[in-house]
Amino acid sequence: MNVVVCVKQIPDPATPGELNADTHTLKREGKLILDESDSFGVEMALQLVDKAGGGEVTLVSMAPNDEVSGLRTALAMGAAKAILVSDPALAGSDSLTTAKVIARSVERAGGIDLVLTATESTDGYTGTIPGQVAGLLGWPSLTFAKEVEIADGTVKIQRQTEAGYDVVEASLPAVVSVTAGVVEPRYPSFKGIMAAKNKPVDKVTAADLGLDASQAGWAGARQQIVSVEKAPERQAGEKIEDDGTAHEQIIAFLEKLKVI
Amino acid sequence: MGLKIWVFAEADGDKPASSTLELLTKAREVGETVEAVYVGSNADALAGTLGEYGASKVYAVDPGGVLPGVVGATALVDLLAANSPDIVLFAQSYDGRDAISLLSAKLDKPVLTNGFTLRLDGDKVIVGTQIFGGNTLVDAEFEGEAPFLAAIRPKSFAAEPSGGAAAAVETVAAPDLGRAGEAKVLETHVEEREGPKLEEAVVVVSGGRGLGSADNYGPLVDDLAKLLHGASGASRAIVDAGWVPYAKQVGQTGKTVKPKLYVAIGISGATQHMVGMKGSDNIIAINKDGEAPIFGIADLGVVGDATKVVPKLIEALRARS
Repeated sequence: MNVVVCVKQIPDPATPGELNADTHTLKREGKLILDESDSFGVEMALQLVDKAGGGEVTLVSMAPNDEVSGLRTALAMGAAKAILVSDPALAGSDSLTTAKVIARSVERAGGIDLVLTATESTDGYTGTIPGQVAGLLGWPSLTFAKEVEIADGTVKIQRQTEAGYDVVEASLPAVVSVTAGVVEPRYPSFKGIMAAKNKPVDKVTAADLGLDASQAGWAGARQQIVSVEKAPERQAGEKIEDDGTAHEQIIAFLEKLKVI
Repeated sequence: MGLKIWVFAEADGDKPASSTLELLTKAREVGETVEAVYVGSNADALAGTLGEYGASKVYAVDPGGVLPGVVGATALVDLLAANSPDIVLFAQSYDGRDAISLLSAKLDKPVLTNGFTLRLDGDKVIVGTQIFGGNTLVDAEFEGEAPFLAAIRPKSFAAEPSGGAAAAVETVAAPDLGRAGEAKVLETHVEEREGPKLEEAVVVVSGGRGLGSADNYGPLVDDLAKLLHGASGASRAIVDAGWVPYAKQVGQTGKTVKPKLYVAIGISGATQHMVGMKGSDNIIAINKDGEAPIFGIADLGVVGDATKVVPKLIEALRARS
């Protein structure tokens, strides 16, 4: 079974984010890392291929400046190879254009049974890529999976719902988005890290994927940021050190609010 | 001429979801004509409330055992062409997200998601989002031709009835779904929930890494939530760690809550979390690290070990009841 995992390489979420003053987009010049949200999809894909007894995991990532550091992390976990789409013409792409890039990359990989994604990225968090990619490929999309099973050419998931979960099934090939925390991503071994350095990364441009540059990136953007401003700040109240009686002050606060 | 706004309606049993009522209320403010599109077999049961909140009509499609977002998006392709609404609003919910993303691909139209404001500026439609933990507000406008597709985070708008008559139900034939229609729902599992829903609760108690271990979530977070007649939530860190399911996550990639009281237990206050809860009326934070950013927005901050403070709090609350 051959699986594509969509992975995003993002600025470290632990560092404060910044916008480019001219374009109002997230600054992504520094070192990028593998979005932790995607590590669950990578792990899930490795487990599914392992269970299927054959096949491989291909990563697909769109990133500026030929960035590979996040890809190397996922390759070190065990993915076989990667397609990296890096092209200045794609800077400023909206989520639909990004989905087009991913869908074309899945076609370029060829022979793919399953595409796994996170439910949304940590930085942009538009949350529409899984459904858009499935729509563009004409494949069924099963979203918000907390469990994924593959058997006899079908994929069955437990789909998170407001009230609990649904069991949803479709035949392959299909797109599945995986919720965080559902598998424990493995730590890359030393051997894995060394091996990742030599794994193939297929670097492609928008044109290689047959995408018209005039309809991608800034040139193709069909929405525009009109203003950016600071939100009013919330003021902090009282801060106390627990000396063993802090619960009493919490009780007093709850009484004041009349919640007890 | 006033705008025609459509709302992708969702249900909570035999009632419209609260997020749907919020969208209808905003649609009334922005537009002249408000209509709903609903995927489900119980549109008649919903029509009264949908009308009361402003929808004059509801287009109803039977899901036929397929994921509602898939059916909704596919049905909308023809419905939009025939009726030309100016804006279609979706909730940033599981099914709302399915619907808007598939529709975006089918129509080759961009979307704006995670909206928390919606307004008109002349003939421009502007959607506001919050970034960097809610400390920065970004307004974006659609370009190109209507209809514009936007997903709005639940709890962004108040839901207020207008006293309208029941919406007229117009049944729409199930569309040809192609391979997308293979996404069949085989079983539905409802997990027992004691107390209110996370997004509706008056009190929300959330836990984070500072709980120390997954085993502490039940006795500290769930139990305190129960005692306060509230709902329990979580930071992304413990969802990622597999301690609790995604449905409990409060924050940018989770839910937005605006309770009367939010209690953050062992949560440091990453920007990712703050954006989902900083609209709460009152915030209590309990955290070991006195420098944690959560204290910057807490009305009552307790610097201490949550595993020591919370059991005493629970004991004291139990002694009162």
